[in-house]
Amino acid sequence: MITSIKGGEAAIAASHRLLAKRRRGNPAVADIGVNQIREQLSLAVDRVMSEGSLYDPALAALAIKQAEGDLTEAIYLLRAFRTTLARFGYAEPIDTAAMVVRRRIATTHKDVPGGQLLGPTYDYTHRILDVALLGEAGSDDLSDLVDGGDGTNEGDSSDPAPDAVALALTRDCGVLARADLVEEPRSDGEEKVADITRDPVVFPSRRDERLQALARGDEGFLMGLCYSSMRGYGRNHPFVAELRYGDAAVVLTIPELDIPVGIGTLRVTECQTVHLTTGDGSLPPRYTRGYGLVFGHGERKALSMAIVDRSLRSAELGERVAYPAQDDEFVLSHSDSVAASGLVQHLKLPHYVDFQAEMQMLDQMRAEHAARREKPSSETIPELDRTPEVDCAD
Amino acid sequence: MIRRAILKAVAVPGYQVPFGSREMPLPPGWGTGGLQVTASILGRDDRLKVIDQGADDTTNAVSIRDFFAKVADVTTTERTAEATIIQTRHRIPERALTEDQIIVFQVPQPEPLRRFIPEETVARKIHAFARYGIMYVRLYEDISQLGQVAMSSDYPVIVNGRYLASPSPIPKFDNPKLHRSRALAIFGAGRERRIHAIPPFTDVKSLDFADYPFTVQRFEACCSLCGAQDSYLDEILLDDRGRRAFVCSDTAYCAERRGERTEA
Repeated sequence: MITSIKGGEAAIAASHRLLAKRRRGNPAVADIGVNQIREQLSLAVDRVMSEGSLYDPALAALAIKQAEGDLTEAIYLLRAFRTTLARFGYAEPIDTAAMVVRRRIATTHKDVPGGQLLGPTYDYTHRILDVALLGEAGSDDLSDLVDGGDGTNEGDSSDPAPDAVALALTRDCGVLARADLVEEPRSDGEEKVADITRDPVVFPSRRDERLQALARGDEGFLMGLCYSSMRGYGRNHPFVAELRYGDAAVVLTIPELDIPVGIGTLRVTECQTVHLTTGDGSLPPRYTRGYGLVFGHGERKALSMAIVDRSLRSAELGERVAYPAQDDEFVLSHSDSVAASGLVQHLKLPHYVDFQAEMQMLDQMRAEHAARREKPSSETIPELDRTPEVDCAD
Repeated sequence: MIRRAILKAVAVPGYQVPFGSREMPLPPGWGTGGLQVTASILGRDDRLKVIDQGADDTTNAVSIRDFFAKVADVTTTERTAEATIIQTRHRIPERALTEDQIIVFQVPQPEPLRRFIPEETVARKIHAFARYGIMYVRLYEDISQLGQVAMSSDYPVIVNGRYLASPSPIPKFDNPKLHRSRALAIFGAGRERRIHAIPPFTDVKSLDFADYPFTVQRFEACCSLCGAQDSYLDEILLDDRGRRAFVCSDTAYCAERRGERTEA
């Protein structure tokens, strides 16, 4: 029997029907609503928005549903949609100092100006399966914490929630305010910020390009790199000087009006790390900075991003670039899950033409190898003190 | 399995014994090594104290203490003198420990050579031959380039004259407390899957040179709560204009000095 991996229209259509059937699962179980994903799988939604570079909880939830929970696939769906959107302007840099803070920690000091705010976190839960969740809803009465009054959760950031604490924080709080110890943050500058979705990153990269690429980069990959740099492959010892999660206003200057207008809020996680840097002697030893910012609640990603950001500044800070996490080309070329997934998964495409070509070459090489082996070895191994003979006439 | 690893660790002071670390109800890196060591030595009559950065009231300490109170029904205490087991992250209590006590350290990185030798295979050979020259070179380079050794915590020690060991990220201020300590010290590194130990009354020497002796941190300030001048201090930032205050990092020690009775 001859089988073929040629896909006819019928085969593709049948495959899509099978996919739809699996996506739906057992029809006896209620269909999951996009709103349910948005409200109850909000951390997955946040990750998809962040790496998909599009702040839209409803569409991110839809993408998750469509992709059966495969987040890399959902990120791709969202990005593919995003690229069809018209770009009508660039917002002002969001002012995270004016953020309505839902969670805020600084681990360099026990107490910091503005205070520590634990907020919602899994950090201090004991990781023991909660069988109570097998039932419909938790039994705790949480009505005193209801966000916004209309029962909407993390997805809707239109209204500063009553459980959030509006803290008067400055952009640089705590140890970051110690200008004598910590390097100055880069000024906003007038220079046009790169947009890596429109212009390719060229190496050596600039920091604005790197930060964008890291924000879109795969959380797992960046965390792995960050972990490697902390464990010893590029000694990098960070402290979390500031980790904030909350709502920040988006301000856009509308050309027709020529005034800055608030157009909504973004829920973001911002992380600033400081790293002891003794440097090359040209500057006094000090703390240098790493920076991470992601959509929604993504502390693992924001932290990894900040640490990898600092790691990628190795060359700028006069450190030896010896490991992957310090190499901008290595990191930026491989951090994008959509790109990586594409190339890895393309291996499922037919390869019979190039495989055939390679096999023919292999047959030839094997024949030549066998022919060489049949001759006495003294004739085939050239003497070390003799220049190898080149016999083109043969 | 963990108890056998602990026995081996005690028998070979400073040697890192590999063990099959399990998933714990905390993420690896948050004290799973300490958690496993504590769980394996905890008995019905023990009184457990858990500190993080010296304090009994920090979130991670509270969380771990609650965990053992819940799953092991063990008595907990904040008073150093009353505890039989002290699980700690980053500090050794100021009050001297006794032979009736065991101190369990949560260790992020048990390998002192990891700072400059990322490869485990190479580090193991160096330990096997006790060729620690590379660590002395590091100290020398720091002193010659920066005027001092740029390691303020997790300062490497030689245990019992043989193994180079990491005391976990305690400030070097606490290193002298390890030398001939009356209490058994067990170091559990869950993520890195290693246990090492310093038995009671064991020599622990912080690395230095004859003409450049090891020194510990000295504070200009004293504790603004209890006035202690001999304790390790936490800096408290009062505002963004640089106003600062200092308080004891060891909250039990500070409370005791102020004559407060902390909850048992």
